[in-house]
Amino acid sequence: MQHQLLIGYADRKTFLNRLSGSTKLLSFIGLSIIGMMTYDTRYLIGIMLFSLVIFHFSKIRYREISFVVSVIVGFSVLNLVMVYVFAPHYGVSIYGTEHLLLGSNQHYFNLTTEQLFYEFNLLLKYTFAVPLALIFLMTTNPSEFAASLNKIGLSYRVSYSVAIALRYIPDVQSDYRTISLAQQARGFEISKKAKFMTRVRGGIQILLPLIFSSLDRIEIISQAMELRRFGKGKHRSWYMAQKFKAADYLTLLVVAVLIVIGIALFHVNGGRFWNPFK
Amino acid sequence: MMTAPIISFKDFSFQYDSQTEPTLRHLNLDIYPGEKVLIAGPSGSGKSTLGRCLNGLIPQSYPGKMSGQVLINGQAIKTSTIFDLSMQVGTVLQDPDSQFVGLTVVEDMAFSLENDQQDQATMRTDTAKWAQTLELQDLLTHRPQELSGGQKQRVAMAGVLIDNSKILLFDEPLASLDPASGKASMALIDQLTHSEDLTVIIIEHRIEDVLQQPIDRLVVMQEGRIVANDQPEPILRQSLMAQLGLREPLYLSALLHAGIDLDNCDHLDQLSRLTVPNLTEKLQAWSADITLKAPIVHTEPLLTLTHLCFGYEPKHRIIDDLSLTLHRGEMISLVGQNGTGKSTLSNLITGFLTPQAGQLSFDGQNLAALSVKERADHIGYILQDPNQMLSKTLIFDEVAAGLVLRGLEPATIEKRVLATLKVCGLYEFRHWPISALSFGQKKRVTIAAILVLEPAMLILDEPTAGQDLQHYTEMMTFLTKINREQGMTIMLITHDMHLMLEYTDRTIVLGNGNVLMDDAPANVLTNDAIIEQASLAKTSLYTLAEQNQLNPTEFVAKFVQAEREAR
Amino acid sequence: MQNKQSNSIRTVVATGIGAAVIFVLMKFVAIPTGIPNTQVNVAIGFLALLGAIFGPVAAGLAVFIGHALNDFVTYGSPWWTWVIVDGLIGVAFGLAKNRLKIDSGVLGKGKLIWFNIYQIIVNFVGWVLLAPTGDIIIYHEPASKVYVQGVTTWLVDSISVAVIGTILLVLYARTRTQHGSLTKER
Ligand SMILES: Nc1ncnc2c1ncn2[C@@H]1O[C@H](COP(=O)(O)OP(=O)(O)OP(=O)(O)O)[C@@H](O)[C@H]1O
Ligand SMILES: Nc1ncnc2c1ncn2[C@@H]1O[C@H](COP(=O)(O)OP(=O)(O)OP(=O)(O)O)[C@@H](O)[C@H]1O
Ligand SMILES: [Mg+2]
Ligand SMILES: [Mg+2]
Repeated sequence: MQHQLLIGYADRKTFLNRLSGSTKLLSFIGLSIIGMMTYDTRYLIGIMLFSLVIFHFSKIRYREISFVVSVIVGFSVLNLVMVYVFAPHYGVSIYGTEHLLLGSNQHYFNLTTEQLFYEFNLLLKYTFAVPLALIFLMTTNPSEFAASLNKIGLSYRVSYSVAIALRYIPDVQSDYRTISLAQQARGFEISKKAKFMTRVRGGIQILLPLIFSSLDRIEIISQAMELRRFGKGKHRSWYMAQKFKAADYLTLLVVAVLIVIGIALFHVNGGRFWNPFK
Repeated sequence: MMTAPIISFKDFSFQYDSQTEPTLRHLNLDIYPGEKVLIAGPSGSGKSTLGRCLNGLIPQSYPGKMSGQVLINGQAIKTSTIFDLSMQVGTVLQDPDSQFVGLTVVEDMAFSLENDQQDQATMRTDTAKWAQTLELQDLLTHRPQELSGGQKQRVAMAGVLIDNSKILLFDEPLASLDPASGKASMALIDQLTHSEDLTVIIIEHRIEDVLQQPIDRLVVMQEGRIVANDQPEPILRQSLMAQLGLREPLYLSALLHAGIDLDNCDHLDQLSRLTVPNLTEKLQAWSADITLKAPIVHTEPLLTLTHLCFGYEPKHRIIDDLSLTLHRGEMISLVGQNGTGKSTLSNLITGFLTPQAGQLSFDGQNLAALSVKERADHIGYILQDPNQMLSKTLIFDEVAAGLVLRGLEPATIEKRVLATLKVCGLYEFRHWPISALSFGQKKRVTIAAILVLEPAMLILDEPTAGQDLQHYTEMMTFLTKINREQGMTIMLITHDMHLMLEYTDRTIVLGNGNVLMDDAPANVLTNDAIIEQASLAKTSLYTLAEQNQLNPTEFVAKFVQAEREAR
Repeated sequence: MQNKQSNSIRTVVATGIGAAVIFVLMKFVAIPTGIPNTQVNVAIGFLALLGAIFGPVAAGLAVFIGHALNDFVTYGSPWWTWVIVDGLIGVAFGLAKNRLKIDSGVLGKGKLIWFNIYQIIVNFVGWVLLAPTGDIIIYHEPASKVYVQGVTTWLVDSISVAVIGTILLVLYARTRTQHGSLTKER
């Protein structure tokens, strides 16, 4: 269970595993930014298909991600319903036409093709980056992650804080479990029986050891790192860093082309939306 | 010695900003290149503080008042940075989890090289070299969560040795290692001292374990002063250790029991070379004089485990079909290799974990039906790491918390808390914030916080790790007392073979998910196969008995009886 | 008090460990309020403490990293507007460090009241002004929906900081021993 926390990286021996972490990170960031900007349905579907194909090559099993997928589905449905409840005519106002499917235009809750189409676009936006993110997470060795951040221009200190976070999440998590049980054994209650403030207080008593031991940990780890000269120079080398190879340049080129297409579409559509109703 | 000292304290004093009194007082100490020095002393005597002066954390990270001077390789610590000093002094901290900053073993080893901006080729060669020396080759891609305590300790050493610094400082390297790993670590340190020309400083409470390898000098601290500073032999000969409240090696106590005059002995610090006139006759005479009392037998079952199974991952079982009965009034030790599942077993008993199969019953009651809190009313559990238990900021409040939640009268609470604090040697600190305590002191606070609840059974996970003899004895005497007088059942998880021998009546050896042996402690420690399998270690008493043609089991039992009577 | 070098390393470590704690709190810790589907946001309470001790850089980055990692793991990809707003709130909490001076060990009523007014304003700017605007610009979601979400978050987070953050600050200040205050009492 513990090992599955940061959805499992494993060396599945595909070309995706061999790409440098920086390449994958840059591609992920680039594609997700352009995907967030555009509302061109064709483009989003294109990216989605592209990433699903890549996902297929990554040899990740559905079993490994089924939980995440169900959370995403739940999250998307909830948001789509909320959007509909709060603004059932939003699609009409965006696309400027109205094709009624259900109800009449007198009713607050009616259904138009425009609204459906808009919400379909939203769904695409919620989900298009997921395969890319999963590929990135599950094919990048966490050890290489910090080195990649440093390589794409983040300072090595910030990059190393990410490494520390990844290093200590399992420890903090198991600490939390143990502490919470030890405090419950002493008699601190957080069950629903208690009053709100009692519950909060109980909850805080459980949190305190976690928080204070984490603060202690900050002191000790800083000392340990300082004793081993972290922060001595302006730069730092990384044992796990990977050099760029031909495949990396090729990948970045492909991604750059995709991004340029996305930008070009802004001009073609005269804005962020592609409007099939006109 | 003609060479100049590599470390030199000259009338050095230090006072932490938050303290009203100095923690180190007028220290004068010279350590020469190539020496191996053991620093011992009661908890809170300033050993770790002295260590912090060597690696520059004082005054760089811990503000305070200094006077006098410390020179390391001729450099004054006042004017050097931690970075400068780190090239001279490599530090292995007490807590290997915090020292291990890399995501995997090999990254952690390379950490300081990365900071020195070495290229990858150099890092590969260096890590490979040290991995070989410390036998870490198979573990290079492992994450810290997958290593045992002993392995983490070796990684920490590798990460420091890779700098080629000539002085190594260890703060309690043995505290959480099983006896066999502890022995292996000490042997490794000794070997490196010679092969790499190191000067080694070890801060440790387990003096007997350190002395298994030759030590050049023993420095004893008390209340911030150096009270003894000599080769181990003269200090042992004068029984200074006992007078200063430190634990002597067991074989020495045995010699004293047998009425042997230490002045006539040679090589007192090394059992294998110990020469004493007429030793065998004297020991045999002493042994013949003592008749062993029949052990008390407990028969009323209290806690019964039947066919218990558990694994963090379904495929890999840590506890595998384990059945066991503990009786009311017993004093039990649970021992076994690092990572064998001792803590896991106590987590199953206390409800922190749920078994995948099997039953637990306490006093005829099925435990599965009880919540963590309800179980805790019967079974008090003191975790290995005190920081996981401390939830209040002041010592008094911490100990009182359980009673407050149980709704007792303030006056009763105060009485019981103060009484418990006295027993645990914390009375004088009662209004201190917990954050100002040393590790050993914190551990005692957590024990006090559970003891005050008076449960029917106690499980203590390594209660004496990092404790000095005085507090160790006080605590164990106290536990023995409540065991005898109140019939409280006590289970101690421990790596301390002496504690197991002297204070418990029954030893359960855990290994391969099951009970390897369940017998009187003295019998366990004479079974070579079990010792090997469970990473235990013989104490020096066995060696002494064997060297003198005595029956070790009997000799040890008699020794323990004599010690108990002397208390 | 401590030298600059040590402080910058401490900031790096505080960011990393802070992010790990925020991650764990967001993912596993729930103190139910009694209202369905609403939980006290413990992570943001901790963020107030982190900011007060380690300052804007550590707090801002820690919550940014912790929140982004949590989104990655739960939703597959981060909801960037909220992650960024959380980061900015962390920075704002960190800016309170010099005013609170929590390390000196005294934290009077005045400072606590000031901090709570400040945090309510910060949360308002973050959740009612910035986050919905971001959602509208980036995701082009309808205004009414994102403002309702923003106001709810503002209320929950402000209350969480007011309760949990305040308690943590007070308790932490109490552990800071004042200069020359420790003596053994026989
Ligand atoms: N950071 C600190 N601030 C204030 N006082 C401290 C600090 N660290 C230690 N002390 C005090 O200094 C004294 C000596 O502590 P130190 O940690 O050096 O003891 P020790 O000999 O290493 O003990 P132990 O064997 O328990 O580790 C203790 O009384 C402790 O309260
Ligand atoms: N939360 C966890 N998740 C996965 N594996 C774990 C977890 N906790 C412990 N383990 C593994 O279970 C095994 C038993 O651990 P446990 O802590 O019970 O050992 P132990 O006998 O108490 O060791 P020590 O003497 O070092 O304290 C170890 O191999 C450890 O790595
Ligand atoms: Mg110490
Ligand atoms: Mg254990």
